[in-house]
Amino acid sequence: MTSLALAAALRDERHGRLDMLPYARALDLHFDQDDSEVRLIMPFAIGLVGAPGRIHGGALAGLLEIAGLAAVIVAQADADQLPRIRPVTVTVDFMREGSPIDTHAAATVTRLGRRIVNVSSLAWQYDRSRPIAAANINFLLDWPEAT
Amino acid sequence: MTRGADDAAARQKRFLQRFLDSVPHLKLIGIGYRDHGKDWAELEMPFAEQQLADPDYGIIASGAIFTLLDNCAGFAVLVVRGEMIPYATLDMRVDYLRAPAAKATVIGHAECYRITRQIAFVRGLAHDGDPANPIANMAGTFMFTARADAMGMFPAPAGSEAAA
Repeated sequence: MTSLALAAALRDERHGRLDMLPYARALDLHFDQDDSEVRLIMPFAIGLVGAPGRIHGGALAGLLEIAGLAAVIVAQADADQLPRIRPVTVTVDFMREGSPIDTHAAATVTRLGRRIVNVSSLAWQYDRSRPIAAANINFLLDWPEAT
Repeated sequence: MTRGADDAAARQKRFLQRFLDSVPHLKLIGIGYRDHGKDWAELEMPFAEQQLADPDYGIIASGAIFTLLDNCAGFAVLVVRGEMIPYATLDMRVDYLRAPAAKATVIGHAECYRITRQIAFVRGLAHDGDPANPIANMAGTFMFTARADAMGMFPAPAGSEAAA
């Protein structure tokens, strides 16, 4: 699911949109990064609603997965030499309901392997210290045969 | 099956279809009703562009499959309860076994195999035509967030005593 365009945007820009992934475009995802991390923003929209007045858990899981993917991409040494990056297992805990406001997410790589990358991803709204959802994601990296 | 039972089943199906059609996020991703039984439910996600993570490879975003299975599991909980009770996902795990075939309709199937006063336990899978060859496997727990009678019963299934 790696997109070289995504990697290029994360390498070259501090802020931007993730429109190169149609699914991220549907969620209207933006990114914002500094030297320490990439943060994603999912602005509230009616299309995110599951139960009345609450963001659908699936949209939160999708946001957490893409935050994880971004963390895996920026952790790679060479943005021009990327493997295919696929989540193998995703476990999400939902701690608080998603209110109809913007949601933020950021992920940290807990172990960077050549084939497996373990990632911990958090989503929050009002207060980063009170996350609304958290995901543990194990990504599998498929390197091109040549390398 | 009697004519009356057929009508009741059709009525329940229409009710659930309308309910699912009214969920904005399902409409955004392109997920709709497929089928349900006493303790299981199925949703389907016909291929659509907004589900793609990588257009170059035609890879469906795992988040879209997660959404399909999450909602499918919640739907299975509702059919076991037989009422529109508010619930929230407590946790859910999805193992992505393989990529779906290009432009395939992805089907989510979930079974609520245990239910207590507060928690429902669900297992399920996603496939692209053959349930014996799944794309993804899921396990999740759901909790009830309000009183049982908060949102009312939905039309009883065929042959159910609850209709009386």
